[in-house]
Amino acid sequence: MDQLAYVLKRLFSRRIVLVAAAVLVAVTALAVFFPMFSGVDPNAISVMERLKAPSSEHWAGTDELGRDLSMRIVYGSRYSIMIGIATAFFSVIAGTALGLLAGFFKKLDAPIMRVIDAMMSFPDILLGISLVSILGASLWNVVLALAIVYTPRVARVVRASTLVIRELLFVDAARALGVSTPRILYAHILPNLMSPVLVQLTFIFAYAILAEAGLSFLGVGVPPEIPTWGTMIASSLQYADRAFWTIVFPGIAIILTALSLQIVGDGVRDLLDPKLRKSA
Amino acid sequence: MNDTANPLIEVRGLRKYFGAGPQPVRAVDGVSFAIREGETLGLVGESGSGKSTIGRMLIRLLDPTEGQIRFKDRDIAHISQRQMRPLRSSMQIIFQDPYASLNPRMRIRQILGEALDTHGLAKGKGERQARIAELLDLVGLRPEYADRYPHEFSGGQRQRIGVARALAVEPSFIVADEPLSALDVSIQAQVVNLLCDLKDRFGLTMLFISHDLDVVEFLCDRVIVLYLGKIMEIAPTETLYHRPQHPYTQALLAASPIPDPAQRHKDRPLLVGDIPSPANPPSGCVFRTRCPHALPACAETVPALAEVAPGHWKACLRNDLHPLSMKGTSQ
Amino acid sequence: MNEPITPRLSVRGLSTSFMTDRGRVTSVSDVSFDIPSGGTLALVGESGSGKSVTSLGLMGLHAKGSQAIVGGEAWFVKRNGERVNLLALAEADKRRLRGNELAMIFQEPMTSLNPVLTVGEQIAESVRLHLGMDRRDALQHAKKMLDLVEIPAAERRLHEYPHQLSGGMRQRVMIALAMACNPTLLIADEPTTALDVTIQAQILALIQRLQKETGMSVLFITHNLGVVAQYADRVAVMYAGRIVETAAVGPLFAAPQHPYTRGLLACLPGMAVRGSVAKSRPRLTAISGQVCSPFEPPPGCAFAPRCALHIAACDTAMPPLAALADGRQARCIRVNEKIEMTA
Repeated sequence: MDQLAYVLKRLFSRRIVLVAAAVLVAVTALAVFFPMFSGVDPNAISVMERLKAPSSEHWAGTDELGRDLSMRIVYGSRYSIMIGIATAFFSVIAGTALGLLAGFFKKLDAPIMRVIDAMMSFPDILLGISLVSILGASLWNVVLALAIVYTPRVARVVRASTLVIRELLFVDAARALGVSTPRILYAHILPNLMSPVLVQLTFIFAYAILAEAGLSFLGVGVPPEIPTWGTMIASSLQYADRAFWTIVFPGIAIILTALSLQIVGDGVRDLLDPKLRKSA
Repeated sequence: MNDTANPLIEVRGLRKYFGAGPQPVRAVDGVSFAIREGETLGLVGESGSGKSTIGRMLIRLLDPTEGQIRFKDRDIAHISQRQMRPLRSSMQIIFQDPYASLNPRMRIRQILGEALDTHGLAKGKGERQARIAELLDLVGLRPEYADRYPHEFSGGQRQRIGVARALAVEPSFIVADEPLSALDVSIQAQVVNLLCDLKDRFGLTMLFISHDLDVVEFLCDRVIVLYLGKIMEIAPTETLYHRPQHPYTQALLAASPIPDPAQRHKDRPLLVGDIPSPANPPSGCVFRTRCPHALPACAETVPALAEVAPGHWKACLRNDLHPLSMKGTSQ
Repeated sequence: MNEPITPRLSVRGLSTSFMTDRGRVTSVSDVSFDIPSGGTLALVGESGSGKSVTSLGLMGLHAKGSQAIVGGEAWFVKRNGERVNLLALAEADKRRLRGNELAMIFQEPMTSLNPVLTVGEQIAESVRLHLGMDRRDALQHAKKMLDLVEIPAAERRLHEYPHQLSGGMRQRVMIALAMACNPTLLIADEPTTALDVTIQAQILALIQRLQKETGMSVLFITHNLGVVAQYADRVAVMYAGRIVETAAVGPLFAAPQHPYTRGLLACLPGMAVRGSVAKSRPRLTAISGQVCSPFEPPPGCAFAPRCALHIAACDTAMPPLAALADGRQARCIRVNEKIEMTA
């Protein structure tokens, strides 16, 4: 417990990391709790109120159907964050598995890594677009497509770390004890991969939110009736010259969240780096 | 090949080449020896001599390129890792670096528990707990320490934990791979005493790998001197340190600084030059390029390990050299 | 060793503290010693004793990020007889001294040599900087230096890069670099720790020869008591950031006064084997416990928690470095009792 307190103290000793973490907590709390208690319908259409500028009644203005934008941003955050978390989760699981196998078993290294390299040679967004068009546009297909796009990234980092950890003496010690290979992977290598994987997790979370917005903007993302930050911008684009707030506020939400995630990810990496060096 | 009653381990023609192609690194190049039951055999040599590689091959952390390793009359040099697994409870290793040899994410309880579980040595939670406490006590650590992580310990304490892990499976043979070289002098002495006590108590057979000649003299019954993957000399400790026959052993002992200003080396012969690369060892005797007594013939023939006195073997063509009397006369 | 003339280096009350995550920590305090011209002082200690911190402080080489605060005085006699305090010199003056009159060699020569410059270029650069030679003379001088440190085929080695050399050769190059401007004080920080014994013997013999030829003083920092016994004139034993005993090398090994020094010598397996009469394997007399944390120093003597002669009075205050006969010093309140005990 002392160690956790120490780690948190170190992590937040830089004010910007603290601020970024606070933003994330606030965004997540709003996304989770606000819709539970507000009772407001974010899809309530009010034709009389369409494209109203920000006011005391509608903090972020209204969109082309007169829906309150601030409400929709809060509701949209649920989907955007969900997509981010799900993508990060799935790509980390798949990437860790592939990277671990490639890094530990010399025979699997070349075949796995060639596929990974091939995938990485495509630009992220292009691969995403092709995958979604093959799979069909739906919330889960976007998650699946993005998870596939980011898996190689995780796999490479995990492979590199596995190559290092595999050579450490405690792995030799386990082999000398006769510990089985699956257990060596699971009990000795995997826990020591947690630091780089955690950093990747936060970065992919941020990338996925941005990529989802990008895909939706290009019309190959989540169906427009689901309010994500990306679909909000995409559907309001044609009104942007008259009602800038329809794209500015969802845009700010995306930037703020993605930036905060990156900063926290950086903070985690800075924190873990010297420790890794010390133990190596 | 050498005289050894009751060998626990017998090694014949052991080789390890790293890398393929025309010039592999010959880390170990045709080494034969035996270790008696209950004996502590020292393996000394400078970097590149292949001493750690031999230690790792004996417990099959490395696969030998060639040769036999007979452990309790069974050749284990080329059996599969699966066949090796049940044998692992009888042979263990203590590593040089106590920082890298313990998994930083595991508590001491898990580290020792894993050793017990792997070979089903403790049934039930109670027995497991008791055994872990007993092991910690054995190496001079308090049982409460079981719930700590490795980073909470000093180097010496970590090395004790490494010893406890090796002992957990009740081995009969232990490879100690430079277990002291990462430790401070005052801590080294603690670990040396611990190893002595445990050896006496459990009748362990040990291969003690070190570059520290003083520690080897203190701990070992017999000593093998290695140079570039080949054995130069084998002798009982006292004989080797007092009447070394091989020019390399003599040079090694002369180079080792004696911690006594009253015995300063004066005009002692220094070896010239560097250790050659094991990828491209000299022809004939591998030591000839630095040997003060080398003859043209040394480049032609590889000297065989020959018995010069009972239990004393050397690999040197020159039998006309007087054995140097090393100790006590330098004053 | 009597010292009628001023010593080459005279350190008084050197202290060093660093900034860490857990606040400012004093890692060296109250360190005083003299090195006469042509003499060798060995600074011995285990890890964390502050021996390397002491040498880096003298050279002014502490890492910027550590926010080191160095206190005390270090009077150095320059070639021209001028006496300067190394710790109070301006950065530019210090730089002029370093690599010129003051030279240093380290444990790991690879990290102190520039990997992208040839051996010759590195030595030549230093000579041009400090001695003002032109390019051709400097390269010629570099070759002379490689010959001086007994590097075979110096002409060829001049154009090789550090990674092409063995560990022993690199340390020779480091020594050549250090010797290039004919220093009057060489600080050698564990110069042979990374080397094999046969190579260690070569390097130590080389340093000894150069010292004899040039009359430079050497501050030798090591943890290896064997090396100390073979090469030093005087010894200062450090423990937890302080000198606990100083003496000439013979008396120190023959009759150590401080309990830590005694313990350290008793720990050595070489001494135990030689000292044993019985046929049975002797036990080493280990020092129990481990070095105290710099964050939680004991109230009195830093060695008290591990000391076999510990009494209640040891915990009241840090004992002073008491002067004993024959120019010896020991930091122990019971030291006089023990002299009677051993006499």
